[in-house]
Amino acid sequence: MFAYIIKRLLWLIPVVIGVSLILFGIMQLVPGNPAAVMLGTNATPEAIEALNEKFGFNEPFHIRYFLMLRNFITGELDSIYYGDEVINIIGRRLTATIELGLLSLIIAVLVAIPTGVIAAVKKNSLFDLLSMFIATIGISVPAFFTGIIFIYIFSVYFPFFPSSGYGGRIWTLSGLRHLILPAFALSTVMIASTSRITRSSMLDIMKEDYLVTARSKGVAEKVIILKHAFRNALIPIITNIGNQLAMMFGGAILIESVFAWPGVGRLAVKAVEARDQPLVFGSILILSILFVLVNLLVDIIYVFINPRISYK
Amino acid sequence: MKKKIILFILLLIQIYVSYQNWFIEGKIWSSLEYKFATGFSILLIFSILLLLFKNSIFLKFKENALYAKMFKEFNKGYGGKIAVLILALIFYAAFMAPFIAPYSPTEIDYSNMTYSAPSLEHWFGTDDFGRDMFSRVIYGARIALGVGFSAVLVNASLGVSLGLLAGYYGGKVDMIIMRLVEIWNSIPFILLALAIISALGTGIFNIIIAVGVTGLINFSRLTRSIVLQIKEKEYVEAAKALGASDLRILYNHILPNSISSLIVLGTLRIGISILVVAGLSFLGLGIQPPTAAWGTMLNRGQEYLIQAPWMSIFPGLAIIITVLSFNLLGDALRDALDPRQLD
Repeated sequence: MFAYIIKRLLWLIPVVIGVSLILFGIMQLVPGNPAAVMLGTNATPEAIEALNEKFGFNEPFHIRYFLMLRNFITGELDSIYYGDEVINIIGRRLTATIELGLLSLIIAVLVAIPTGVIAAVKKNSLFDLLSMFIATIGISVPAFFTGIIFIYIFSVYFPFFPSSGYGGRIWTLSGLRHLILPAFALSTVMIASTSRITRSSMLDIMKEDYLVTARSKGVAEKVIILKHAFRNALIPIITNIGNQLAMMFGGAILIESVFAWPGVGRLAVKAVEARDQPLVFGSILILSILFVLVNLLVDIIYVFINPRISYK
Repeated sequence: MKKKIILFILLLIQIYVSYQNWFIEGKIWSSLEYKFATGFSILLIFSILLLLFKNSIFLKFKENALYAKMFKEFNKGYGGKIAVLILALIFYAAFMAPFIAPYSPTEIDYSNMTYSAPSLEHWFGTDDFGRDMFSRVIYGARIALGVGFSAVLVNASLGVSLGLLAGYYGGKVDMIIMRLVEIWNSIPFILLALAIISALGTGIFNIIIAVGVTGLINFSRLTRSIVLQIKEKEYVEAAKALGASDLRILYNHILPNSISSLIVLGTLRIGISILVVAGLSFLGLGIQPPTAAWGTMLNRGQEYLIQAPWMSIFPGLAIIITVLSFNLLGDALRDALDPRQLD
């Protein structure tokens, strides 16, 4: 098992290099000289040449790539729009994004799994039909539309929560109040798909012979469901959570924009709008690394739940 | 008999709509949009006539045991039927948009340049430029379906080719391709699309490229796993022994066997593509105004959420209904087409 985890950790290195190479390669598709773009229309040829020298825009591809990566890590890479170091701008916003993502992941797991289990146990009950009907619609609703509806209901119609902005760290009351609406809006898609998967995988497991055996031995129904069935049903559930993470990261950008949440996702959108290539590179690279790390965590949890994987 | 009556009613409706537009409003050839809708309308009338007078088309499907079984599976739940019905309506609206939409989707009403609530005149209300929301939502279906389909087509052709290569040649080729696809997939797909848009700029064509090249892993993984199964079959061995080229085996034996699973995945991917395009347009980085796209309308609507909620609600509902239908259709198709269930 540990060999597998170490293998996965080592795999991180080519992934991070590959991701940064892809992002750098995409940036090269921008038409025109980057120095000319940075200086605007009134730039003199001398000024452009000086900037070319300074940032090494005249060098070949691989040298420019290493320069950019080095500058990004050491903090010398400046944003065009903000005029500050890219890594500092991102660092200031990283906590907000992590708070939002983590809280919505927790909400999603806490809501979806019990819903799915209850729906499977009480198959064809009113609860089952209603929750699965909502879940089927839920996977088709764009996250930003959920956000808009939440704002309309919970901060315009019934003004319980603020409609936008950041209220401080998660443990302060104001911070939590600002966080609740975006976190719930972001978690809806994950809740819908996870509860559906939970229900169907619980139903699959509940047909198995060993549950009949357990029942005939007189094991309590609660123990059967939680210990025998649920632990085995977890494997597809975790897989699905891993698959949904990409959708969630994308949703985070939209939700951050809807709620004016000062996170890295909104920063990336602003950077694209401003055509601020260094900032685009930095923010998307950081978000991708975050995504890869969360995925790794899911994979490791998966190994603990399903030890069969490490023997492959 | 019931089918014929329904077909006859559809024919009458279509002839009425065409008559109204062609001979009373004079919308036949004057612009590219009208030409497109006119052509579609003629095609529709002829195909309904064909179905009405040629019984053999229905019979052919009914007598084939495989199709009969598929239809039975497909019709088991309500989901598939409802999805087909709604999607047919959406497609019809998209193709016939200039004939159905009561107003122009982009022309600004200067005499009344403000939002107004839904009324008999404007069913979905008007937006802040006085444009009819109902017409804009109908025209939005064109963009959503067009961009969604094209993006999935790009996505599928790239992903399937990679999957075929990886699965068929195996070994080092397989490892390298799948590892590269995995790295490509390490960037969450909306972010990758965002990066591509930041380099190429916005616009419909760039959006299709950006959404089309992201998320390749789904198609390539699926194709690869099917190829690995089929590669071991006797008929592939036989074709190889007879001296068939790799390309021929891939095209004649492996691709036809994977098509049903690919259709299921493609249907589900269309829903996701529509969501992603709507999301990008909502951020202002997708399809640009004044083009009537659902995401763009929501972007505008959010500013007027309190005064004019209908500007957000109707495009949002349109996205939900369309994506929901594609998801339901995908689920029903999976039940009907999945070869593992058909035995």
